[in-house]
Amino acid sequence: MPPKSMPMSGRRAAYATAPARRFSPVTAKRLFVYFGRYRLLFAVVVFCILLSALAAVAGSLFLQILIDDYITPLLGQAHPNFAPLLKAILIMGGVYLIGIVSVFAYNRLMIIVSQGTLKHIRDDMFSLMQALPLRYFDTHTFGDVMSRYTNDTDALRQMISQSLPNCISSIVSIVAVFCAMLRLSWQLTIVVVAVAFLMIKVSGKITGKSGEYFFRQQNSLGKVNGYIEEMINGQREIKAFCHEDEAKKGFDLVNEELCQDGAKAHRYANILMPIMVNIGNLQYVLIAVVGGALAIHGISGLTLGVIASFLQLSKSFTMPVSQVAQQMNSVVMALAGAERIFQLMDEKPEADQGTVTLVNACLEGGELQETPEHTGLWAWKQTDENGVSRYRQLKGDVRLFNVDFSYDGKKTVLQDVSLFAKPGQKIAFVGATGAGKTTITNLINRFYDVNQGQITYDGIDIQHIRKSDLRHSLGVVLQDVNLFTGTVLDNIRYGRLDASDKECIAAAKTAGADSFITRLPQGYHTVLEGDGSGLSQGQRQLLSIARAAVADPPVLILDEATSSIDTRTEAIVQKGMDALMQGRTVFVIAHRLSTVRNAQAILVLEHGKIIERGEHQELLAQKGKYYQLYTGAFELE
Amino acid sequence: MIKQLSAFIGEYKKDVLLSPTFVILEVIMEVLIPYAMAYLIDFGIEPGDMNVIIKLGACLVVAALLSLLFGALAGCYAASGSAGYAKNLRKGLYYKIQDYSFYNIDKFSTGSLITRLTTDITNVQMAFMMIIRLGVRCPVMLVFALIMSFSISARLSLIFLLILPVLAGGLYLIIRKAHPIFESVFRTYDKLNNVVQENLRGIRVVKSFVREDYEKEKFRSISQRIYEQFSKAEKLLAFNGPLMQLCIYSAILLISWFGAVHIVAGNLTTGQLVSLISYAMQVLMSLMMLSLVFVMITISQASAERICEALNETPDITNPAEPQYTVANGDIDFENVGFSYAKDAGKLCLSHIDLHIRSGQTVGVIGGTGSSKSTLVQLIPRFYDVTQGAVKVGGVDVRDYDLQALRQQVAMVLQKNILFSGTVKDNLRWGDAGAGEEEMKEACVMAQADGFVGEFPGGYDYQIEQGGNNVSGGQRQRLCIARALLKKPKILILDDSTSAVDTKTEALIRQAFQSNLAGVTKIIIAQRVSSIMDADQIIVLDHGEINAIGNHQELLANNAIYQEVYYSQTKGGDDHAA
Repeated sequence: MPPKSMPMSGRRAAYATAPARRFSPVTAKRLFVYFGRYRLLFAVVVFCILLSALAAVAGSLFLQILIDDYITPLLGQAHPNFAPLLKAILIMGGVYLIGIVSVFAYNRLMIIVSQGTLKHIRDDMFSLMQALPLRYFDTHTFGDVMSRYTNDTDALRQMISQSLPNCISSIVSIVAVFCAMLRLSWQLTIVVVAVAFLMIKVSGKITGKSGEYFFRQQNSLGKVNGYIEEMINGQREIKAFCHEDEAKKGFDLVNEELCQDGAKAHRYANILMPIMVNIGNLQYVLIAVVGGALAIHGISGLTLGVIASFLQLSKSFTMPVSQVAQQMNSVVMALAGAERIFQLMDEKPEADQGTVTLVNACLEGGELQETPEHTGLWAWKQTDENGVSRYRQLKGDVRLFNVDFSYDGKKTVLQDVSLFAKPGQKIAFVGATGAGKTTITNLINRFYDVNQGQITYDGIDIQHIRKSDLRHSLGVVLQDVNLFTGTVLDNIRYGRLDASDKECIAAAKTAGADSFITRLPQGYHTVLEGDGSGLSQGQRQLLSIARAAVADPPVLILDEATSSIDTRTEAIVQKGMDALMQGRTVFVIAHRLSTVRNAQAILVLEHGKIIERGEHQELLAQKGKYYQLYTGAFELE
Repeated sequence: MIKQLSAFIGEYKKDVLLSPTFVILEVIMEVLIPYAMAYLIDFGIEPGDMNVIIKLGACLVVAALLSLLFGALAGCYAASGSAGYAKNLRKGLYYKIQDYSFYNIDKFSTGSLITRLTTDITNVQMAFMMIIRLGVRCPVMLVFALIMSFSISARLSLIFLLILPVLAGGLYLIIRKAHPIFESVFRTYDKLNNVVQENLRGIRVVKSFVREDYEKEKFRSISQRIYEQFSKAEKLLAFNGPLMQLCIYSAILLISWFGAVHIVAGNLTTGQLVSLISYAMQVLMSLMMLSLVFVMITISQASAERICEALNETPDITNPAEPQYTVANGDIDFENVGFSYAKDAGKLCLSHIDLHIRSGQTVGVIGGTGSSKSTLVQLIPRFYDVTQGAVKVGGVDVRDYDLQALRQQVAMVLQKNILFSGTVKDNLRWGDAGAGEEEMKEACVMAQADGFVGEFPGGYDYQIEQGGNNVSGGQRQRLCIARALLKKPKILILDDSTSAVDTKTEALIRQAFQSNLAGVTKIIIAQRVSSIMDADQIIVLDHGEINAIGNHQELLANNAIYQEVYYSQTKGGDDHAA
């Protein structure tokens, strides 16, 4: 579950239905850009397809030649010489062989093109997704996003690997047969072309319809995916509330919608072929009647033989035309998937105009110098337009100046918040739920950007710091813990990838997690699955603290980091935490008095404003809100 | 497997049967049409008989229209039949998953269940549609074309029989090799789904630790694996096309040669040779389509097996044969309970639990992190079954109750609170689907949620986002409490569910419970002693065993753990504590 982040905002619902739509031609174009990577290979593929198509065309012409030039002369001969016939058949065999080999070749090569393209699309989609702002994740159903990686790319797969070669070879046949027809009779060819035009028109209409529904189908599929994901994730609630029946009803609704859209899409797709084929049949009759009449009445010099051959050809012409039409179905289905994929890719990524970077530094003659090796000393590197770099030591001085913030532009969450944290200070946020405590920390690490005011880090506006470097300099323990599939060690190492096993274990000890980890079946190498479902909430928090400890950042943000840890364990953790917080700037949101008490500054928030600030004793003496909260019981939030 | 899967056709039987029926009619037309066409050439065009041309032309037009009608109907029924089938299958599987226990779900993983419900079912749907359309068409076509070609020349038609085994053998080999690869492809799909899901849910962690590149690498390796496995499988399938062509072309060449010989010998006319070859094309085309069907079946077979695997999973928590439907009261008894998630008596995480709670009591549970507090209470609504001993509610073993009836009486506010996308009202109605506005408000007042809900734009109609993303942690917890109260249970369990609620508010909630829920058994797991010190009994858990039971005074006097916890929390605060 994503951590709390957006107190009270009125953004759009997670299940916003996408309107039915047609595809922009841009989608197809963008797909072709992906093929562009395989330009050379693709050229070879097209060449092979051409070869195989030509072999097929040669095959269809072969029979007539065989009969006219080889069989008929043999008729009536007393001692027919079969040698030329055999030779012709062998030559044809050779042509066919070339065709077969090229089919095999392009089939194999096409796999590289299609699977490679899919892989690139998937990878790009994931990379771009990682760069999206949190707002995107707050407002989109996870299962729907997941569907783009599986169901939508799957829809693409079929098109690339099958339809493309099919279309190309069909077009070759069309061209070849067209030439042959022209040679026989241009008048009848006009009839054929007119009918072909009609076929294209009809198929355009139908595929337009099926495309629309395929797009809906992919959207519904995404919705079903989203529903399932949310429900399986909330399975505990479902069971606790005997909500199975409602969960089923809700599912039936989205499932029915998917069924309707799918049925309609496939209905349009399925009737296309019979329509095409039979338009072809009608055309056959038309040509037979018209041609027959013309020939019998001796108009236009058509012989009956020519018409007979032409009729054969016309069949070979409409066949590939309807093939192409049929393939358009898979194309529109694929485009429906592609459209959704590109939708995700086109989301606006997190803005990052920061140029100030974080570098390792060392002191040389009192001057900060950049060094490649890890020194434990860090510096902000600012480079001006002349290419001159200035360095400023990383200390952990964080200040907010008159910050206003709203998640949705309507409801103000923070109002005129100013505060400063000097290096090494501990700042505590206190206040009722929804007062905006977590929001402040979300602004410091730029999950969201301030609407008004400014936040500085070591005197530099955080907007000018490269986001990744800013976040590297901040260690965060979030309220809700997310673990990843992998070993316990992997999960701790998430804080700093180059941390050694020893360092990770040391961090676990600091966080008080060592004792429970060593009791796990494989200790630190126990594989956690399903967001660490086998661990208790408190244990997960301990791991999360260990993760931050191993990251070793100058500034720590602890958002109710110990809320689910019992006080005895916390007492153990506390020692480690104190060591961890030593010399660091710490922002802490906690309801444990023990954590808040010794803060240099306690900020009491109410409705997005700081209403009281000071040290523990001062605030008590003020007898204000803090005093009220404090004397309510042992602890405060 | 086929029997099991075909049971889901259900009310779409009509569509599923009508479709192939129309396919057969369409095929008959398709076979007749070229026959008439050849006739048209031989007896109309060649002799130049306009009468025949017109007559046959009219017949052909009718035939084409019929063929169009049949084809379209077949297509429509196939579409609705297969979409309906997929719907039923998806529904069946989803319903089945609702019966899963957590143990079952963890076994499959969420990502895997999602793949099975969408991607796998889509595969089966596509294969199903192909089967009802082509699975009938191809054999019928094949038989017709064979009959026709045999009637033209039995001897030449023997060539087909020669080629068939080559085709069948080749196809069999390809399919047998490709099947296991497809199985592993879908397993990798599960992993892909899991990685994407973890990333979506943990995006804040990813961003905080600037782990985007690391995650991309992780994703890339899985994406690469899909690429490799799919390529491997498709490389095998790539043999299919050339194999078919090899057979088609050989047949045509053989027929041409022997046909020529026959023609010269006067046993065959050229017209017959032309139709023979066109039938040969038809035979081989239908074989080719059939092979495509087989390929599709190969892909979907892997999917179908995965679906069946999930369908056949036995939920490890089920209703008893003769369930008890009424829960007498809120008594809870643990009788020498031992429990292990792995169902292994050697690795118990709860042991020797003996507990007796009377209806209406308030019970506090306190204990260290990982002391199995949550595990203990999850046995009461039978989220898991005990490994040893018995848990009784209202004097009856929980395993003897109807699951719904039991859980209806046990309301649980979980540690990890989840709200669902929908309005505040929708979420509250989880507790009681028929709850009116009054009742909802009442529950929210008790849970101290009414105040902030009122401040939401739209109040009770305010939209909650997935996971309850747009309300703060404390608000979420209070809404979850209200939701549980609406159930009007006999037993109410709060699993550390006020951790993000400030102390004052929490005290108000407790007060409301005291005065309004006197008859309800209340079990409260808490970290703060203040949350439970007024309880009738307090259970101190330590490493899965009961360390002590007593009220606040008793424990404070006798129990070392309790004393430690109490003093650690009051230390420094006692001079101000109320």
